[in-house]
Amino acid sequence: MSEWWTYDLHDLLLFSSRTYYRLFELYNLELWPLQLLTLALGVALLALWRRGGERAGRAIAVILAAAWLWIAWGFHWQRYASINWAASYFALAFALEALLVLWLGGVRGRFAIAPVTRFRQRVGLGLFLFALLVFPIMGPLLGRSWTQAEVFGMAPDPTALATLGILLFAGVRPVWWLFPIPVAWCLISGATLWAMGSPDFAIVPLAALLAVSVAVGSAVRQARDVR
Amino acid sequence: MVKPLNITRRRLLGAIAAAPLLWPTRGLAQPGRPATRTIPSSGEAIPLVGLGSWITFNVGNDRAARDASTEVMRNFFQAGGRLIDSSPMYGSAQEVIGYGLKMLGRPSDLFAADKVWIADGAEGRAQIDKSRQYWGIPRFDLMQVHNLLSWQAHLPTLFAMKAAKQLRYVGITTSHGRRHAELAQIMTSQPLDFVQLTYNLFDREAEQRLLPLALERGIAVIVNRPFQRGDLLDRLGRHPLPPWAAEIDCSSWAQFALKFIIAHPAVTCAIPATTSVAHVRENMGAAAGRLPDQAMRMRMAAYVAKL
Repeated sequence: MSEWWTYDLHDLLLFSSRTYYRLFELYNLELWPLQLLTLALGVALLALWRRGGERAGRAIAVILAAAWLWIAWGFHWQRYASINWAASYFALAFALEALLVLWLGGVRGRFAIAPVTRFRQRVGLGLFLFALLVFPIMGPLLGRSWTQAEVFGMAPDPTALATLGILLFAGVRPVWWLFPIPVAWCLISGATLWAMGSPDFAIVPLAALLAVSVAVGSAVRQARDVR
Repeated sequence: MVKPLNITRRRLLGAIAAAPLLWPTRGLAQPGRPATRTIPSSGEAIPLVGLGSWITFNVGNDRAARDASTEVMRNFFQAGGRLIDSSPMYGSAQEVIGYGLKMLGRPSDLFAADKVWIADGAEGRAQIDKSRQYWGIPRFDLMQVHNLLSWQAHLPTLFAMKAAKQLRYVGITTSHGRRHAELAQIMTSQPLDFVQLTYNLFDREAEQRLLPLALERGIAVIVNRPFQRGDLLDRLGRHPLPPWAAEIDCSSWAQFALKFIIAHPAVTCAIPATTSVAHVRENMGAAAGRLPDQAMRMRMAAYVAKL
């Protein structure tokens, strides 16, 4: 699109908020009760983190990669692309993130659960629990239907946030290669919700920025300690 | 094919003054039928109000929403509407229109307007053919270059398709008031049948050059964003409709806004989009009854500017 920088976000929005949330509703109804399985996988991630060690780190990576791959295919490619032509690119990005998680976390073992600072751990855990438990009820609390709930492992926003949470508490050092796609998605999602007039538009981008800030702060502190 | 252009202020004013005589709306609309205006390049008359599909018809595979869109189309045709406009950029809108047309048995009055929106000019024909398949029609009446994208590559293709009777009209679009200078240059150098641009009670830049130029060059004008995607109606809706709106048979702000647009002598058709049956009926009602004259149009613009 020429002169794309002169368009504001409202001009780029292709669909109404009604259509957007209806997409989640139809998706959830069609695949119910898969949501229970993905939530159970989220709980399993927590259990693996509690268990600790290298194998647990690899298992976390495999589960997380599966979630990203499913959303790339089941949500972006098969559903979101029907109302947003950009979703095919989102699908590719999510598939790439799945491969990166699988490679760096599953094969290279960069998710090995190791002691990190208490602050980083708390923020990471907080983000993860928020994505897993609070995010699905946020829509209904704002007046949207339960059937439109966005669930970890099914919907992109809670999955991206949960991943950023895990990246804070998994691995000795943040795995920087895994940050760009979830953060970019959180910003895109926030912009979409803002253009649609959703009152919760700021939550996901702010949470992503919090994760990045904490990761950067932690890395700077580690570098200083090494010196 | 290039028509010479020699616009002087006197010629422009003369063209505007004579416009109602040159391209008259066909008087008052027949009862229940919208008023029409002729396409200068052919003399074919089309209703002054059409149907846009930006956002409203992009409902994906949602069957209930597709059926609701079909009802909007059904009421549009029942009210005498003809021109439906879409674009490959509008997500699933083309497929949803095709679904509706299939459900309605493809009304014979349909005036199908779509756009080519692809950077690679060599891919234009393939995209147009895909769009045509989505609509489920043998050919488009009007094909426009979307937002001037690769217009140098697409226009020769569209003119060739028109010559081969694969299209009836060729046009080019812009929106949000962008690239008017370039559009004016294209209007003066290319044998266009249509241009599409943004014009409404608040976005009136087109009055300065493009609308007079369209009159001068005999180019039909489709007006998009008549309600600024709803923002205009939200803004006006906080105030009561002035009592004198009844003098031009307005019963709502939507009709007020549409009558202002379609009464401009250069405008051939405005294309509001909606998901509501009541609103499509209301919009079509704007093309019925009395239209404002130039003095009344200025009064309308001055009134809303103060709100």
